[in-house]
Amino acid sequence: MAKLKKYNGFLKLFVIFLTLFSIFSCSQKNYNLNKIEGKQLPVTENAGETATIEAFIKPYRDHINQDLDNVLAYCPETLDKSTGKWQTSIGSLLADICLQRGNLVFKAREKKDIDLCLLNHGGIRAILPKGNVTTRTAFEIMPFENNLVVIALKGEQILDIAAYIIKEKKPQPLSGMTFTIAKDNTAKNIMVQGKPLDLNKTYYVATNDYLANGGDSMTFFAKGTEKFDLNYKLRNVLIDYFKEVDTVVAPKNVRITEE
Amino acid sequence: MKRREFIEKTAASTALLSLGLSLSSFGTNDIKHLTILHTNDVHSHIDPFPADDPRNPNKGGVSRRAALIESIRKENPNLLLLDAGDIFQGTPYFNYYGGELEFKLMSMMKYDASTIGNHDFDNGLDGLYAQLPHATFDFINSNYDFKNTVMDGHVKPYKIFNKNGIKVGVFGVGIELQGLVDKKLYLETVYNNPVEIAQDMTKLLKQEQKCDLVICLSHLGYKYKDDPEKISDLKFAEQTQDIDLIIGGHTHTFLDKPTVVKNKAGKDVLVNQVGCYGINLGRIDFYFDKDKAHTNQGTTIVV
Repeated sequence: MAKLKKYNGFLKLFVIFLTLFSIFSCSQKNYNLNKIEGKQLPVTENAGETATIEAFIKPYRDHINQDLDNVLAYCPETLDKSTGKWQTSIGSLLADICLQRGNLVFKAREKKDIDLCLLNHGGIRAILPKGNVTTRTAFEIMPFENNLVVIALKGEQILDIAAYIIKEKKPQPLSGMTFTIAKDNTAKNIMVQGKPLDLNKTYYVATNDYLANGGDSMTFFAKGTEKFDLNYKLRNVLIDYFKEVDTVVAPKNVRITEE
Repeated sequence: MKRREFIEKTAASTALLSLGLSLSSFGTNDIKHLTILHTNDVHSHIDPFPADDPRNPNKGGVSRRAALIESIRKENPNLLLLDAGDIFQGTPYFNYYGGELEFKLMSMMKYDASTIGNHDFDNGLDGLYAQLPHATFDFINSNYDFKNTVMDGHVKPYKIFNKNGIKVGVFGVGIELQGLVDKKLYLETVYNNPVEIAQDMTKLLKQEQKCDLVICLSHLGYKYKDDPEKISDLKFAEQTQDIDLIIGGHTHTFLDKPTVVKNKAGKDVLVNQVGCYGINLGRIDFYFDKDKAHTNQGTTIVV
């Protein structure tokens, strides 16, 4: 009996322990994640508008629109990147003005001349429509923040540029360089600034920073011996050109011919 | 004889006690409901797309998104509003104001946190830093080391939100910057392996801090078909554990519904992404209880 009593005491303690344990574990126990529901809500006009947000945006929007709709020049014909096998009027225009305007900076800074300019067909994001040309037009054609850069390339890499253009079969914007695609799909009669390509010469090639870093598989730019960032956005090149001229003149000269 | 009787009695009273406790503290009224709303890759799309847009006519718009969020807040105020990065770049609003308006509007909508996408570096670290005063929400990223940059101390590796008794741990992972972002924009920012960082984060948030829910804001991208070796949300989900939800971005992926992936421990993890440009708002509802009977039943996922 005495033995049992002693045991009772132990059991009582055990019960208290169990109780405390269960209370303790209850309070420490995290919530159980019981159910998850996932869905996607489209943001449409059905959601309605928020007056305070609308009112907050308005002055920003008005300022931008006023600036973007500022007429800078006139374009007598629509320039489209989809009209031309090896060159397009809009592509040639972009490459020409990047070479010309980039050279103003490059010459002043480095006392050298840009020899040629290569951009990418995919980088032209809109057409240049007939009619008034505004700042908005420049933003639509060049929405990205790409800078104009100049890479010093050996003559060997100029061959790579020609091979790249032939392989990609796209009218890549090109200025300062001409060549003929031979029947065997190789480049011949490569001319830079009107002179035959000299494989031992260093050429200064303008492009954008995206391509200079190997974008669109333009790997030849990695072989450059020098790189100059002109800190001049391509879009600003375009805006400055539009501000300078009254009427946009699309270049018609042929840069790449097929044999 | 008596001894057995006592033990039986004790057992009964213990059972009664625990039953009583269950009824009081594990009652059915103790259900917690947490709503997560999320966006990604809004890319400065403040105005809705015009009605004549060939791809997304009349879709999106911050003013409408704000209205939608507000209506959901009314339905359940226990809510977290999150973004998975690439707030910047895509419309003239960014070109003209450098992200000021984007941050101000997100603050007005009461965003709780955002991670950092590659395009958020587009005006350089200085450009991002300059806009920080306009954001009332936190920037969370765990795998970029900003120690030697102007952003040092302005990006949290994680944050724990206490939402009506539910502890929510949020951390963030960003994409490899080299080759994607110009070095002159990200400067001395160091990219660390997101899977390794996630191990530290989940250990801290789930095991040490005992978070009820762990969310990862990711700008790794959903999946890379042409580069299966590249880390993506789907791979990240498989290689980690103790994450309940991965909110993704970068690849502008439109999903019909959130993807359920088995993680390293064989448990389900939800991966979601809602396209881009503020066209959609993601909504994930979590229901918690303290009913012991549910402890080992797992979680019902309705997607």
